[in-house]
Amino acid sequence: MTTPTTEAAGHAAEGMAEAAGHAAESAGGMPQLDFSTYPNQFFWLAVALVLIYLILSRVALPRIEAVLSERQGTITGDLAAAEELKQKAVEAEEAYNKALADARAEANRIVAETRAEIQAELDEAIARADAEIAAKSAESEQAIAEIRASSEKAIKDVARDVAKAIVASFGVKADARAITAAVTQRMKG
Amino acid sequence: MAAEAEMMEASGPAIDPMHQFTLKPLFGEGPIHWYTPTNATLWMGIAVLGVIALLVLGTRRRAIVPSHTQSVAELAYGFVYQMVKDVAGKEGVKYFPYIMTLFIFIVFANFLGLIPLSFSVTSQIAVTVMLALLVFVSVTLLGFYKHGLKFLGLFWVTQAPLALRPILAIIEVISYFVRPVSHSIRLAGNVMAGHAVIEVFASFAASALIAPIALVGIVAMFGMDVLVAFIQAYVFTILTCVYLKDALHPSH
Amino acid sequence: MEGSIVEMGKLIGAGLATIGMGGAAIGVGSIVGNYLAGALRNPAAAASQTAMLFIGIAFAEAFGIFSFLVALLLMFAL
Repeated sequence: MTTPTTEAAGHAAEGMAEAAGHAAESAGGMPQLDFSTYPNQFFWLAVALVLIYLILSRVALPRIEAVLSERQGTITGDLAAAEELKQKAVEAEEAYNKALADARAEANRIVAETRAEIQAELDEAIARADAEIAAKSAESEQAIAEIRASSEKAIKDVARDVAKAIVASFGVKADARAITAAVTQRMKG
Repeated sequence: MAAEAEMMEASGPAIDPMHQFTLKPLFGEGPIHWYTPTNATLWMGIAVLGVIALLVLGTRRRAIVPSHTQSVAELAYGFVYQMVKDVAGKEGVKYFPYIMTLFIFIVFANFLGLIPLSFSVTSQIAVTVMLALLVFVSVTLLGFYKHGLKFLGLFWVTQAPLALRPILAIIEVISYFVRPVSHSIRLAGNVMAGHAVIEVFASFAASALIAPIALVGIVAMFGMDVLVAFIQAYVFTILTCVYLKDALHPSH
Repeated sequence: MEGSIVEMGKLIGAGLATIGMGGAAIGVGSIVGNYLAGALRNPAAAASQTAMLFIGIAFAEAFGIFSFLVALLLMFAL
């Protein structure tokens, strides 16, 4: 029942036998082993493969490669940009902290300065007030001393007059110099 | 003669699962010359168009954020590229377009063959033999071109004891020349087997009694075939890479 | 009559040839099972060996496909 046998028989016989042979050929057998179709398949397969190869090597693969590397580049670039931005943020934070510290130091300095200024002004004012007070008290002391001196003199005069009068009332002419000395001595004690 | 044919008709298998693999001229009847467009030509052409649609039209926008089609194209690219790099090494990357051509053609042919009423190009031994011979011849020539006669060191296992080496060399040579045979028969056989078994199940479905079982069988086999369609393309490609590696680094 | 005996012999031979596919099934199962056992023991190295897994499956399966082919040849081609 081999195909070649039927084929040969078909060729050998006439008419109906040939038809039967063809029928057997188309009904059974493995079409893959029909070597008469091989040149055809080889040819068209070669055409298909060459076409695919040209399409791939000329258009598709370079394009996909470009897209992939571009994407890789974009990702790398974006990562670098993100890193840069992060760096910038860190720098900004540092600058902010530094500015804050600076401002704080400045504030402290101003506070200290102001305090010193105020202290100085205060000291000056106190000193001036002290001086004024001292001057005033010296003045008043002087006034008091003057008053005291004048009052002492007045008292001495009054005492001398009184003593002279008392002594005169006793009928004794009193020595003016002695009375003065006595009064002076008395007032000293 | 007629009686014999009739008898065969009666006693032979009622179903003919191999009929689906017959080449027919696309236009009219007649003998198949080497240039005649056949159904195989048609489905090879559809495979080429599919490749264009996926890898050229799918990537035409060159988007940084890819569309679905572009993702698939990039996935296929990355898959084969990684395979070539891993198996054949950095030197093999130069031959990536050839391997990609084989892979993408086989994948498209396999999956197009799964469409009902289509023609499976890779079930034809002629096709797979040519693919395998292409790989075998080019890899062998590449090995001799790169290494000259040192390429024959592939068959001389230096780790083995000296006495064993001639025997091993014979075995290695035989296994080297069996490569294209197994390489081609594996692909064609797998695809053919899947299709033939589906057709056998389909013929069972004609009988109402076992039709449900036959339908379940068809579905299961079809799922299996989808898997096989991809795995066989993968295996064909990876074996190509292995052979390429042997050609690039023939020393054991 | 002679033809039908030949036919019978072919079909029996095809049936016997399919036993080879069982061998391929055993081989593939053994490969995947061992791969899985190894992968569970050392999951970190599993991903790098999937290529070897598929190559092994392909080799084991090829012989099953060969026996299937022999069956097909017996049934349809010879």
